[in-house]
Amino acid sequence: MAAQKKLPFWADAILLPTLNLLAAFLVSGLVIWGLGEDPLEALSLMVDGAFGFQEGVGYTFYYATNFVFTGLAVSVAYHAGLFNIGGEGQAMLGGLGLTLAVFLVGDVSPVLAVLLAIVGAAAFGGAWAFIPAYLQAKRGSHVVITTIMFNFIASALLAYLLVGPLQRPGGQMPESADFPDGVSLMHLQDLFAMMGFTYESGPLNLSALIAVLCAVGVWFMLWRTRFGYELRVVGQNQNAARYAGISVTRMTVIAMMISGGLAGMMGLNELLGEQLRLLGNFTLGYGFVGIAVAFMGRNHPVGIVLAAMLFGALYQGGAELAFEMPNIQRDYIVLIQGLVILFAGAMEHLFRDPVERVFRHFSERRAA
Amino acid sequence: MTGFLRKIGATIALGVAFTTGAMAADFTPVLLYDIGGKFDKSFNEAAHTGGERFKEETGLDYKDFEPNSETQYEQALKRFARRKADLIIAVGVGYSVAVRNVASKYPDVKFTVIDAIIDLPNVQSITFKENEGSFLVGMIAAMKTESNTIGFLGGMDIPLIRRFERGYRQGAEYVKGDLTFIENYVGTTPSAWNDPIKAAEMARSQYARGADIIFSAAGPSGLGSIQAAKDTGNLAIGVDSNQNHVAPGYVLTSMLKRVDLAVYHAMKAAEAGEWKPGHTVLGLAEGGVDFALDEYNADLITAEMKAKLDEARAKIVSGEIVVSDVEGSNSGH
Repeated sequence: MAAQKKLPFWADAILLPTLNLLAAFLVSGLVIWGLGEDPLEALSLMVDGAFGFQEGVGYTFYYATNFVFTGLAVSVAYHAGLFNIGGEGQAMLGGLGLTLAVFLVGDVSPVLAVLLAIVGAAAFGGAWAFIPAYLQAKRGSHVVITTIMFNFIASALLAYLLVGPLQRPGGQMPESADFPDGVSLMHLQDLFAMMGFTYESGPLNLSALIAVLCAVGVWFMLWRTRFGYELRVVGQNQNAARYAGISVTRMTVIAMMISGGLAGMMGLNELLGEQLRLLGNFTLGYGFVGIAVAFMGRNHPVGIVLAAMLFGALYQGGAELAFEMPNIQRDYIVLIQGLVILFAGAMEHLFRDPVERVFRHFSERRAA
Repeated sequence: MTGFLRKIGATIALGVAFTTGAMAADFTPVLLYDIGGKFDKSFNEAAHTGGERFKEETGLDYKDFEPNSETQYEQALKRFARRKADLIIAVGVGYSVAVRNVASKYPDVKFTVIDAIIDLPNVQSITFKENEGSFLVGMIAAMKTESNTIGFLGGMDIPLIRRFERGYRQGAEYVKGDLTFIENYVGTTPSAWNDPIKAAEMARSQYARGADIIFSAAGPSGLGSIQAAKDTGNLAIGVDSNQNHVAPGYVLTSMLKRVDLAVYHAMKAAEAGEWKPGHTVLGLAEGGVDFALDEYNADLITAEMKAKLDEARAKIVSGEIVVSDVEGSNSGH
């Protein structure tokens, strides 16, 4: 906390992330240059792919929606002093809960099915986080270890169900049958059409709004309620919390379940918004990227939404780059995304110290 | 918010005009690979070879894309369909649902899908009689084995791959009655195609249990099986592309699945305006499947073996030998 005091807010929240991003792009540019492609053209393809046309913008926000959910999940746990790396598994279970809800009542009432699916996604995700949370709170099993192990269990469970009882009849791939007609979240182009203007069709759907609501909800809960205050106290100092009469056990379990519920809701975007069936591998590491998103966003909902948009743009722009420059194979796209995570997350202090020195230098001069 | 959107809208008009202008120049087919990736030395590389042949002969370029994950199947298909690609070729059984979804939304775009059957008026489905090609390599394995134990290593455990196993087993039993078979599958999800480490472990275990020849129908994972053959001094049988050169002397032969021909012909036909929807099956008779014989395995296959294989091939083509199939191995959606 003390270290952050040295920098004005705008430098911490805007200048540093920008510098980190530029460094990441510089290194990526060198790699692309080494491959014999023009880095500037690659960059313009990425930016153009992410923001240059309506469909691309739709995809960017579509990916960003996933990262908002998983980023919020990480940050809620983080504020309670817990490191939840189980977002991936919680999202898988959320997808399962959603699918079960859809098949349970989808034929009877699509609207009810969508509502129940939202509840199911959050409930299953939360329940999957409950077990590691309980083990942490009661037995002291470290939540980092247990949540990461629960990712593997979730993935195995999903694979089992999708090549067994839930598999599409006559299908060969690990995917469920299609959701019944009408059971889906409305796409934003349809919503825009109702409001009177046209938007190119894309995957962006109502879950983006749900994600924004969740971000507002998390902000309100953490900074405007007594519960949120207690949660943050537990995260800052467990002994102080205990001394103040807060049940650390209870807060640990509840924080993890909220975190898991948020991660579980990622499936709303992927499954109920776009794929309209349960796929074995639909989480695609978004749960892990959520960690980078949360840290880059300084664990604040506004920052998370912004960081999620950046990562959404990287994913969509990266896909466009792979479409347009076949020389740049998919592995290099992952490399570029990885460099951003590396510079923004792990090597954050690379620029922090020099920037702090510059600021100190100037403030001393002014004082003199 | 609306101001923001309008600003984006203005940029878009430019972006769209730019991209469509580039695509509409002349005939540009699109080739979409499966998860294994373009250079897997197997299934996807065969598709790539077909595309390259088209490019070489016609001088027309094609676009291709390697998806990172199953969820990108639909994004890739939609992206090219929306830009009105001249022909979209999707390679692999994984694409079946995605092609069905996208093709029904874009009825004026032509799709060719390999290894799946989609019954839509704008989709051409191409499947292979893998069981017939596997029958021949099964015969080779049975004629070559000294331990009378042969192995099969499948990639993802689905009916399509079970069909390789069925043909292989039938072919081997056609030669010798008292063989022992060992079979393993790398996994049950698409990641099973891309796990050469696990495949190598399974192959090593099969060799340790007495098998001296393993046929792997596992895409890129099969490279692990070939590596295991090399390490233990046994023989492997490659799949889809000719893999004889991967480890000369250790690859007995390869079961060829001529995905390259399918891709090449689909592109050629579409360019000439003769592309037709519907289902095409490529078996031994059509040259769609075969076994590989080249300078790398010439010493391993004797003239006597070759004569027997030719005889069996003629019998399969004439219908005297019927290679049995696996139910649901080419299911439609």
